[in-house]
Amino acid sequence: MTTLAQTTARAKTTTAPQRVRWRLSGRIASAVAIVIAVLWTTPTFGLLLSSLRPEDQIKTTGWWTFFADPQLTLENYREVLFGTSSSSGQMMSFLINSVVITVPSVLFPLALAAFAAYALAWLPFRGREWIYIGVFALQIVPLQMSLVPLLSFFSQGVEIFGLQLSPAWNLEGPARFIQVWFAHTCFALPLGIFLLHNFMSELPGELMEAARVDGASHGVILRKIVLPLVLPALATFAIFQFLWVWNDLLVGLIFAGGTPDSAPMTVRLAQMAGTRGNEWQRLTAGAFVSVIIPLTVFLSMQRYFVRGLLAGSVKG
Amino acid sequence: MDFDFAAEQPKLVQLLIGVAAFLVVVAVVLILVDRAPMRRRAWIHATILLLPALLLLGIGLVIPAIRTTLLSFMSGDSRQWVGLDNYAWMFTQPEAVTVLRNTLVWVLLVPLLVTSVGLVYAVLVDRTRFESIAKSLVFLPMAISFVGAGIIWRFVYAYRSGDQDQIGLLNQLVVAVGGEPQQWLQDPPFNTLFLIVVMVWIQAGFATVVLSAAIKGIPAEIVEAAKLDGASPLQMFFRVTLPSIRTAVVVVLVTQSIGTLKLFDIVRTMTGGQFDTSVIANEMYNQAFRYGETGKGAALAVFLFVLVLPIVVYQIRQRREAAR
Repeated sequence: MTTLAQTTARAKTTTAPQRVRWRLSGRIASAVAIVIAVLWTTPTFGLLLSSLRPEDQIKTTGWWTFFADPQLTLENYREVLFGTSSSSGQMMSFLINSVVITVPSVLFPLALAAFAAYALAWLPFRGREWIYIGVFALQIVPLQMSLVPLLSFFSQGVEIFGLQLSPAWNLEGPARFIQVWFAHTCFALPLGIFLLHNFMSELPGELMEAARVDGASHGVILRKIVLPLVLPALATFAIFQFLWVWNDLLVGLIFAGGTPDSAPMTVRLAQMAGTRGNEWQRLTAGAFVSVIIPLTVFLSMQRYFVRGLLAGSVKG
Repeated sequence: MDFDFAAEQPKLVQLLIGVAAFLVVVAVVLILVDRAPMRRRAWIHATILLLPALLLLGIGLVIPAIRTTLLSFMSGDSRQWVGLDNYAWMFTQPEAVTVLRNTLVWVLLVPLLVTSVGLVYAVLVDRTRFESIAKSLVFLPMAISFVGAGIIWRFVYAYRSGDQDQIGLLNQLVVAVGGEPQQWLQDPPFNTLFLIVVMVWIQAGFATVVLSAAIKGIPAEIVEAAKLDGASPLQMFFRVTLPSIRTAVVVVLVTQSIGTLKLFDIVRTMTGGQFDTSVIANEMYNQAFRYGETGKGAALAVFLFVLVLPIVVYQIRQRREAAR
């Protein structure tokens, strides 16, 4: 409707040659837009289609020949997910690891950042401004700066001048997940506190004052008033943190190791790309398994994601 | 072939332990806050609420950052001080200089390309019938891991020698127009450009969404007035649209610069840093965690910090102004 109204309005006010120019540029514009859209979707489509083709076909012909000789199979997925030989993907184990890593790595920063943000936004105490600026400034530190010392904190403990301040954690087996959760939580806090603080400090002060007059404690105000009101912000931070942790390679590589015991799917895929770079039947299926979960979450929660992007929630 | 689910159980138990620990932490903090006496000065409450976060920030970021800085002045095994040797290595040895050069190419090209593609696309699909679908299509790669994207594009770049059928899309196109198939990822210096394409592919959606929102924020009267004055689409873009969304463009450029400087996954997945494609973050990982050269790794991390510092400070100032 609006486009129609606009077009007629434009037709009335513009002269004939201008009209031709507008239409011409409109056609070129659509063509360019379509080219970009095709360029952006074809690679993913090629991967998906290939992952469903039989192994010998993937390795000998391009996925576009599928349309001449359509054959589909789920064998690649069965092999890459459930195969138990070391050459197969064993992706199911890594998929479970990814889930085990992700859930607490989203929950912990969410809660801790919410607590800290509430304190920094609404509690009157000395030095509040300074602590906020300090947390804020930590966004500057790239996580590369903390990898080596944090890993040695876990594996060797802390020792200063021969004095053992904290013991080595020596985490083995499933307990290794603890250090991955720990690392992800630390790295997420500066941005999380900053974001939630922004939202919380915008709440009307009268609301808190009224609750306090009614005798509500800070715990009650936080639970009953503040958290429900900033729910959209919590959702935004949660989805960002989920995508970040699920898609992360570096932290997983360093803190979870490379074995099926604790490494996430991204680490396994990177390994396979390195050592079995031509086993396309496994790589395509494996990559698609790792992609489909964040994609689903992303599509169902796109609203929050876009809102977060516009609020500046991109890890620096 | 059968997958053994029983073997996976300890992990799920660990997950339960993790979630339980989470609930305990939340419960303890809330109970303590409820118990603390209400006074005018709320420092007890503040301490309870802030302590867990500040403790983790201290252990996970502050102390490690200081230690990394110290390590960068020490030898590979961290036993003796070597002064500026690690930094001298970084700026003089050919392999390290290649890394710095690549990083420079990345950080010059990626923000520029991402912003251009995103801007052009956002303008083109603005107010068309299929705007939301068109934006979603370009936006989707944002949800894909860099590793996943790396594999998708390795497949596009896949190489088969000339007498075989090509399985990679790019080589198929080259063959179709009568060219010779190429090993795109193995020939420096252009292989870096083919890696950059992947980053642009992932990030363009981000630019599209942010810039598109900014374009929608341009007051309708300005647009109408320009049209009435007979501005051509190009004039419209350069005289009206671009100046109006300058802030958003800067935001995209800045965010992309920071992300690009820290880039690790794409290089690691697609070439592993071989064939002269390594960048700072990848080399830092190699030195510190594969070659046991902690000092050199730390020096690279510190250099990364120094590069990122001015951009992030700028970004944070922008954010604070926006938040106000």
